[in-house]
Amino acid sequence: MRKNLQVAARAVLAVAALAATGVAAQQKSAIEEIERYRAALGDGNPAELWEARGDALWKEKRGPKNASLEQCDLGLGPGVVRGAYTVLPKYFADTNKVEDLESRLVSCMVMLQGFTPEQAKKDPYGGPGKKVAMDALVAFVTSESRGLPMKVAGTHPKEVEAYELGRQIFFHRGGPYDFSCATCHGVNNQRIRLQDLPNLLNPRDAKKAYTAWPAYRVSQGEVRSFQWRLLDCFRQQRFPELEFVSPASVALTMFLAKNSNGGTFDAPSIKR
Amino acid sequence: MKTMKMIAIPAAVLALAGCATTPGPDELRTNAIAMMKASFKERGQAKLDRIDQDDMQRLCSEYVGEKVMPKEIAQSLEKAQQALIKYPADGKLLGDWKLGERIAQSGVGKQYSDDPKKPAGGNCYACHQLTKEEVSYGTIGPSLYNFAKVRGYGEQIQRYAYGKVYNSQAFSACSSMPRFGHAGILTEEQLRHVVALLMSPDSPVNK
Ligand code: HEC
Ligand code: HEC
Repeated sequence: MRKNLQVAARAVLAVAALAATGVAAQQKSAIEEIERYRAALGDGNPAELWEARGDALWKEKRGPKNASLEQCDLGLGPGVVRGAYTVLPKYFADTNKVEDLESRLVSCMVMLQGFTPEQAKKDPYGGPGKKVAMDALVAFVTSESRGLPMKVAGTHPKEVEAYELGRQIFFHRGGPYDFSCATCHGVNNQRIRLQDLPNLLNPRDAKKAYTAWPAYRVSQGEVRSFQWRLLDCFRQQRFPELEFVSPASVALTMFLAKNSNGGTFDAPSIKR
Repeated sequence: MKTMKMIAIPAAVLALAGCATTPGPDELRTNAIAMMKASFKERGQAKLDRIDQDDMQRLCSEYVGEKVMPKEIAQSLEKAQQALIKYPADGKLLGDWKLGERIAQSGVGKQYSDDPKKPAGGNCYACHQLTKEEVSYGTIGPSLYNFAKVRGYGEQIQRYAYGKVYNSQAFSACSSMPRFGHAGILTEEQLRHVVALLMSPDSPVNK
């Protein structure tokens, strides 16, 4: 693993340099570079570093209550991490809300560790020189669902409502470009420039796309959560900034997660 | 009177059914929009009013999936959008195709991560093939290679091309293509350059 990661580090730099030029004509060679990089890694993925950090953070006593997250109920009961991501988003009686993984982690940090909601939500995404707890916790928890089938229930009235609202948001056209999610993800076998676009309304593509997030983004050198994926697609949609763990983000995640039921979860993955 | 009764009854039944179980379609739309309004924050040039919809955006968000837009609604939508097209006052529709090619290549514009002081691009290659030289093109829209060579170089086609790029909805309701002129993404001058890229006999589009 160690040697793999050294190879990885070098490949990451090479690919990042390529990606940074952003020239469309180089997209293809960047994709080839990533294929080479994947091969060099074998089974390794730099996301493992985030997973290990998240595992430690999960057990670490933190916050005003000096407590760990080990008793956090992620949907399968307090302390059960294995398989939990496959049932999220889910309705939780203790918060009376439908929550995805990220919002549930915020709730546990508040309820168990005594952080204020503002503190728990303060650093949702890592960046250059900034490693955040959220990315690591997300990588750790999701890695514990690897190889398991997605089975989001979506049967509680609040879950049904979230799914329907998520569907509305998926088709909501707006902004100066008139885009909705469906503009880029509603038709089979389309691409934007050379980038393949999954049709998230088609079960085959929906399963493949949803089960591949979170992902280690080679071009960014970061593990990116599903919340981040939505944030960045709304940016490309020319919408304002999606707030972290906002109701719309959770509803949209409910729509996409439930549509991926039956797919085998296989993340954190690795993406360009 | 008789027809009124026939319409009134199912509506009442629907409204009742809506109350008893899940919210009806209108309530769901209203709730989804309220939820979105509470879930975004403005950043740079991307203000919260980008969530608001005009008639076209509202109708085209409603008729999706199995719900096919009735022909009359599609036609009246196209007509309303046609009325919004502003052709250049001097009648000049063609600019410089070389500048048009640059605009077609550029994907920047209107994102909160873009500098609002810099001109936006048309990002045509994101969705269309245009020339043989550029192989990095998307397939959301049809290939425009040989656009004028196939359709002709005349004034009428020029006007169609200008109108189409200005307001795609005027010619096909609920198209995925942005309304570059109507939405103020491209200026009149930029539109002329792009139209020249499509229409000029010297343009690589028509080689
Ligand atoms: C203007 C085009 C565009 C719009 C609009 C858009 N996306 Fe995307 N989306 C992309 C592109 C391009 C990618 C691949 C990005 C990459 O790998 O960098 C992508 C990737 C994704 C993925 C990951 C797919 C995978 O297999 O890794 C998901 C999920 C997704 N988008 C969901 C959405 C949702 C939900 C919306 C609406 C909120 C949306 N997108 C709106 C262009 C768009
Ligand atoms: C997000 C996708 C997208 C972008 C960006 C886009 N288009 Fe389109 N375009 C489409 C789609 C989809 C169609 C087919 C449906 C229709 O006619 O509106 C289309 C149709 C057209 C047509 C009509 C073709 C015909 O056969 O009549 C022209 C002309 C055109 N586009 C030009 C352009 C130009 C020029 C640009 C850049 C300034 C551009 N498009 C940008 C998606 C796009």
